[in-house]
Amino acid sequence: MTSLFRPTRVPDPDILHEHRTLIRRIERRGLLRGAFSLGALAMLTGCDLENSAAVNDVLGRFSELNDRVEALIFDPNKLAPTYPESMVLKPPRFNAFYEIQDLKPVDGASWKLELAGLIGDKRPWTKEQIATLPEKEIIIRHICVEGWDYIGQWSGVPMRTFLERIGADLTAKYIGFRCADDYTVSIDMATALHPQTLLATKYAREQMADPFGYPLRLRTATKLGFKNPKWITAIEVTNSYPPDYWADLGFNWHSGI
Amino acid sequence: MSEASIGAKAARGRRLHPLPIRIMHWINAVTMLIMISSGWGIYDDEVIFGFLFFPPSLTIGAWAAPHLQWHFAGMWILVLNGLAYLAYGFATGRFREKLLPIRLKDMIHDVREALSLHLAHEDLTVYNAVQKTLYIIVILAGILQVVSGLAIWKPVQFSGLTALFGDFQGARLAHFIGMSVIFGFLLLHVALALLVPRTLWAMLSGGPLVAPKRPTQGAPR
Repeated sequence: MTSLFRPTRVPDPDILHEHRTLIRRIERRGLLRGAFSLGALAMLTGCDLENSAAVNDVLGRFSELNDRVEALIFDPNKLAPTYPESMVLKPPRFNAFYEIQDLKPVDGASWKLELAGLIGDKRPWTKEQIATLPEKEIIIRHICVEGWDYIGQWSGVPMRTFLERIGADLTAKYIGFRCADDYTVSIDMATALHPQTLLATKYAREQMADPFGYPLRLRTATKLGFKNPKWITAIEVTNSYPPDYWADLGFNWHSGI
Repeated sequence: MSEASIGAKAARGRRLHPLPIRIMHWINAVTMLIMISSGWGIYDDEVIFGFLFFPPSLTIGAWAAPHLQWHFAGMWILVLNGLAYLAYGFATGRFREKLLPIRLKDMIHDVREALSLHLAHEDLTVYNAVQKTLYIIVILAGILQVVSGLAIWKPVQFSGLTALFGDFQGARLAHFIGMSVIFGFLLLHVALALLVPRTLWAMLSGGPLVAPKRPTQGAPR
């Protein structure tokens, strides 16, 4: 899936763009590796705990164990606490893997939601078509993996309703999201079907502003903030693990709260 | 069983710190260091007190993801080891024997002695009132860390726990305070162990043989 900010059908640039993503990823890894070594040096332990492939492997296995435990702890019927409208933060707090000045707003008129994978009807959706779907409002706490939180008021179609409408295979393992800024997230089906998981279009009863995900974002009450992709351009229902920007960099994948 | 036979048994090898205690102590020591140093890294990403940052050289893991990985791996060892320790302490009667009773009279006396640096420590097998109190406090702080940690980890699934601390930030604050108590204990504990190195050696070798129990204390369950 190519980004809306990139030409889709230009001959050579496509390949170049692919490479650019790769190069960027490699640079990012190099940076991380550099940071790891610096940290290890600073530790002055001599045993190079932080650079050891064996240590990283063990930590990765614990994180996978936690994914399984978290899936067990997750209760599909347990509702997150909700709050009165007076507690809603307006506007909400911006967060992304870049600063707000680097934000590239999505053009709602030409925007389309692409569908892929185990879905009966894969026709793309426009903003107007999504607006005709039943809407639900939730006032829930957003909790960031960093430790900050705020209470937000979100409305949109429940993810479950949308998945049923498009004939998605509800027994599939994952839902993958791709975003206009190339961000990716994948979540488990159980969370997607939770009553407090929405494809949100509004914040505080008004059209969602650009920094918070216009025209479409995920808002699930049962996961950390980074598992709530903004500016969604494509949704895939699948049994094979879809990419997840932060989880692939080492954050816990399930990140249920 | 007669007093004599208990004494004979003790003479054969009942030490101040039985082997399970020593193993659990050192597992806990390493795990606590991992939890505290990774926790400091996590704290730095969203500080509670604007004036307080932990230097990256004191944190384990180079950035947020490994900080969290260390913390959420260490928690399993901390909890399993902690549960084993609590089970052992209650089942063998060690807690009752070593940590109780704490009498106000002893407490006042021992605090005075401690502050004037005259606290007796010839007999390692008997804890003074200050020691008893500190050990109980740090065990309770460990329990607080697990409870507040669960409240931070799963504020939706365990929303009742989170509510115990007010809200999510309340749970974070409690977790920070628990860490501070444990860290303060750790500094004092290590300083005193270094001042009286026999105690450190005892935690490695098992320490002196313990005297047969006085009848008033009862036998271990």
